[in-house]
Amino acid sequence: MKPIKVLLAKPGLDGHDQGAKIVVRALMDAGFEVIYTGLRQTPEAVARMSLEEDVDVIALSSMAGSHLHFCTRLKPLLEADGLTDKLWLIGGNLPQQDHAALRELGFKGIFPTGSKLDAIVDYIRINARMA
Amino acid sequence: MNERAKSELKPVVNESGIEVNPLYTEEDLARSGGTTQIGLPGEYPFTRGIHRLMYRKQPWTMRQYAGFGNPAETNQRFKYLIANGQTGLNVAFDLPTQIGLDSDDALAEGEIGRVGMSIDTLRDFEVAFDGIDLNKITVSLTINGAAAILIAMYLAMAEKRGYDLKQLRGTAQNDILKEFIGRGTWVFPVEPSIKLVGDTIEYCAEHAPRYSPVSVCGYHIRESGATPAQEMAYAFCIAKAYAEEVLKRGLSIDEFAGRLSYNFNIFGNIFEQVCKFRAGRGLWAKIMKEEYGAQKPGSMWLRMIAGGGGGGLTFEQPELNIVRGAYYALISALSGAQTMALCSYDEAYTIPTEYSARISLRTMQILIEEMGLTETADPLAGSYYVETMTNQMRDKIAAIMAETDAEGGIVKLVAEGIIQARVSAQAYRMQRDIESGEFPKVGVNRYRNEQEEEHPVEFHPYQEEDARKQIASLARIRTERDQAAVTQALARVRRDAGTGANVMPAIVEAVKTYASVGEITQELVKVYGRYKEPIRF
Repeated sequence: MKPIKVLLAKPGLDGHDQGAKIVVRALMDAGFEVIYTGLRQTPEAVARMSLEEDVDVIALSSMAGSHLHFCTRLKPLLEADGLTDKLWLIGGNLPQQDHAALRELGFKGIFPTGSKLDAIVDYIRINARMA
Repeated sequence: MNERAKSELKPVVNESGIEVNPLYTEEDLARSGGTTQIGLPGEYPFTRGIHRLMYRKQPWTMRQYAGFGNPAETNQRFKYLIANGQTGLNVAFDLPTQIGLDSDDALAEGEIGRVGMSIDTLRDFEVAFDGIDLNKITVSLTINGAAAILIAMYLAMAEKRGYDLKQLRGTAQNDILKEFIGRGTWVFPVEPSIKLVGDTIEYCAEHAPRYSPVSVCGYHIRESGATPAQEMAYAFCIAKAYAEEVLKRGLSIDEFAGRLSYNFNIFGNIFEQVCKFRAGRGLWAKIMKEEYGAQKPGSMWLRMIAGGGGGGLTFEQPELNIVRGAYYALISALSGAQTMALCSYDEAYTIPTEYSARISLRTMQILIEEMGLTETADPLAGSYYVETMTNQMRDKIAAIMAETDAEGGIVKLVAEGIIQARVSAQAYRMQRDIESGEFPKVGVNRYRNEQEEEHPVEFHPYQEEDARKQIASLARIRTERDQAAVTQALARVRRDAGTGANVMPAIVEAVKTYASVGEITQELVKVYGRYKEPIRF
């Protein structure tokens, strides 16, 4: 079977990429194929790359507070591209009070600051390609 | 140290890769290079401090990072901090401003005023600094990608308010090379970005000679995963790259080196950090004197803000960050920093509230008022451990600089993403070590709370209304300003960028017409293009 393929994107204008790059390395070490987008991705770019690259997992890393705004815009684009069967994840600086809203938007895996790398890897291994 | 006794112990190696002994004696010090580089405070090589009396004459400047929402709100926070005894301002800008976008740009949506103050035109600077005496309080602008424009705005605002630019002090971060490594607020490709830094240094040397146009940041490189020795080595390599850019324009080193400053991080092992700073001071002085032929002592000074410490703070049990912050501040005070700022305890969650920012400020004030840290310069000098480690850190930093040059130089390594890949690989290993418990963090892999509190900090609310106000204000300015003058000024920016002239005079003229950050950036992009991030793992 082909390895699980993950798109890891940095949404919006946030420049904090230390955490995202750490997660990329953890996912690569776990044997996943990872496409890291680099900084400053628009919702349109994330949807387009997810479709073109035919990924199993769409993951965002957000540290500067615009996660709800971004995910609200991203959701209809992913839906329009028929990517609702993919696993949507988000990690980073995500206040507890926003988790319910993120889940409501379709982000099943939520990994706030303090999450373990192995927890992210295990979650993907179990939940990717399950829909 | 008796080698046999040592061999019974598990070796301890600090983050910079230097083995730490259980005891240091005169012999260790002699073996590491002896006492020749110690000297006296205020004297070459300045290992012990750049001034003779250090804090006895004047304590460090306290400059908490602040700014959010629109300029009027930020103005209120500035006044609050000043009223509470803060002695300098350190301005945070929102992400659109930092990367040269106006508030009405589609890409700015949802980000206006979120992590800093939103600035579109000179009018915003006028509001932000209203009622603040720029001679009494020095202002540091944390701006990089759009630095040339924001420096121009600051100078134009000061001039408009009647300040003599020849006497005006202040700092801009304006260190774009580190933005490519960490922090990420770049706009233009590497080469024109360095050229712009050169333009600001050259312009300030002539027009605002007491203004510090660059603060070279090891800080964010360390946050991205660099060791303390790499932090300082890469920062020095970057500072040299800027210096070379200015020297090739025909300025002498003493015409501008005295206005270069630094920004370093303070988390980690206390002794490793203190020795990093003492070693770095001596090494930088030597580089300036021997490699560049600087004559003025001021050109050899490693002037620095040593602060922050964000990378050492934890999300878990955030109140422990108040304790960590106090130790970090102690490191900075023992290291002879000119300026200090502390990350606040809630910064793993949110931008600091007034309450948490005040705790950081009081932490520094306690050191000054109660703990005796301002009485004697370089109080750790003469310790066998500190002097030996200072010698070893100096050698280590110099060795990393030599390796960097041998690999093709910092500019090439950054442009190709090699430094980024290196420090991010280290950050990954450190994260693994923290998760396995190999690298101790209290509250994280030691002494965890069974149940973390659900809402341990107060969140600073984001006001959508402020963003709307900012966009409306920009729309109003666009209708009120002399559009012909704006168009003409913007054309000059593009023309000067195209000919390779120093673009600062054109940018200063443009900001005075109330041309916006986004409009000026657009003109520069037409000539320079945009940076494309190398993705390398």
